Amino acid sequence: MTSSVPERAHRPPLTTDELAARIARDIPAGSYVNLGIGRPTRIAEHLSPDAGIVLHTENGMLGMGPAATGDAVDTDLTNAGKVPVTELPGAAYFHHADSFAMMRGGHLDVCVLGAFQVSVDGDLANWHTGDPDAIPAVGGAMDLAVGAKEVLVMMKLFTRDGAAKLVPACTYPLTGQACVRRVYTDHGVFEPGPDGVKVLETYGATVAELRDRLGVDLRR
Amino acid sequence: MTTTIAATTDEAVAGVEDGSTVLVGGFGLAGMPFDLIDALIRQGARDLTVVSNNAGNGDVGLAALLKAGRVRKVICSFPRQSDSYVFDELYRAGRVELEVVPQGTLAERMRAGGAGIGGFYSPVGVGTPLAAGKETREIDGRTYVLEFPITGDVALISAHRADTLGNLVYRKTARNFGPVMATAAATVVAQVTEIVEPGTIDPETVVTPGIFVDRLVRAEARRLTVEGARR
Repeated sequence: MTSSVPERAHRPPLTTDELAARIARDIPAGSYVNLGIGRPTRIAEHLSPDAGIVLHTENGMLGMGPAATGDAVDTDLTNAGKVPVTELPGAAYFHHADSFAMMRGGHLDVCVLGAFQVSVDGDLANWHTGDPDAIPAVGGAMDLAVGAKEVLVMMKLFTRDGAAKLVPACTYPLTGQACVRRVYTDHGVFEPGPDGVKVLETYGATVAELRDRLGVDLRR
Repeated sequence: MTTTIAATTDEAVAGVEDGSTVLVGGFGLAGMPFDLIDALIRQGARDLTVVSNNAGNGDVGLAALLKAGRVRKVICSFPRQSDSYVFDELYRAGRVELEVVPQGTLAERMRAGGAGIGGFYSPVGVGTPLAAGKETREIDGRTYVLEFPITGDVALISAHRADTLGNLVYRKTARNFGPVMATAAATVVAQVTEIVEPGTIDPETVVTPGIFVDRLVRAEARRLTVEGARR
């Protein structure tokens, strides 16, 4: 099988900012997009203002602008992470049932979520480690995982301890089944699915090296 | 019945009974009915089941109600946050029960409760621990889980403006759960920063019609930041 996969083995893995920029490039112009709390919010900084992408925040707003600072801080205007934000011209506010109807009803084009684990067939685990001491908190993760037309994951490919996060089957409690369309990581971009994982590009490693470290089959 | 206007927050929360289910508006601090909760603490009802998105932030609002030991159970989507230390301690000590519900399911269960719907099938949570033990049904090739409505004995919400008939307008993302909770409780109490005469609010902009609101009380907006919520 000949490889058309860009293997950028001689450069370092992507930084968080580079990864955010990489994901931003794949978000189609004119999309309605929800960026999950935490690192996915950084994608907003890399979206072209000309692309006409409208950001949705689950707490009831379309047309969310950048984080608010100084005098622009209004405690009645926050994002899903409770960070003060701003509104853009054309913004709209709505209540929670409508906000989640936008997700569940399939009106939202793209969401980008963080993850603890993604399985080779696209199961997502990102809300609970299952640790008996942990307090479970799901927020809107399950609604997004099921509802957005395209669910993208932004994560590191390995934990700090070196454990793979792209796994044959999730060991953490699931957020959603077979819902992840694409996984963007510091070491590569992957498409899970019923036929296993397709690798689209790699950073700082070859496909063969990643296959070895992950212990899962990677199709080109 | 038409809306009554309470002179004080204490009057606004009078009559809440022990063991009540209380819907509490807000997403974090935005839209949190701080003054109504403080009045509820003074009122003294205990053994409460609280339905809210979070389980308190800092030491104020819902966190203060929890700290006062009045809450038996919290039904919410996202209890654990960097400033949910009051809840965390109670939960770890086994002094409060927790039911975690996906955020949209929480909203829709209250919407159903307020709209007279006996239950609904949702695709959210299928195959996860939060759907464990629930009835599922396949509809057009997709699996759904049966969710039941949530109603409250009381809803405490915060809005921006009201007219004397109880028509409510909210402000920015502080709207969040307010309009849904306003439909779903036997007694709905709203704190607002301003109460105006009928006709002052453009009817086209009313978000919660007064039919859903039982009691109104005026209270200053408390615009707390995350840092400001810590005592």
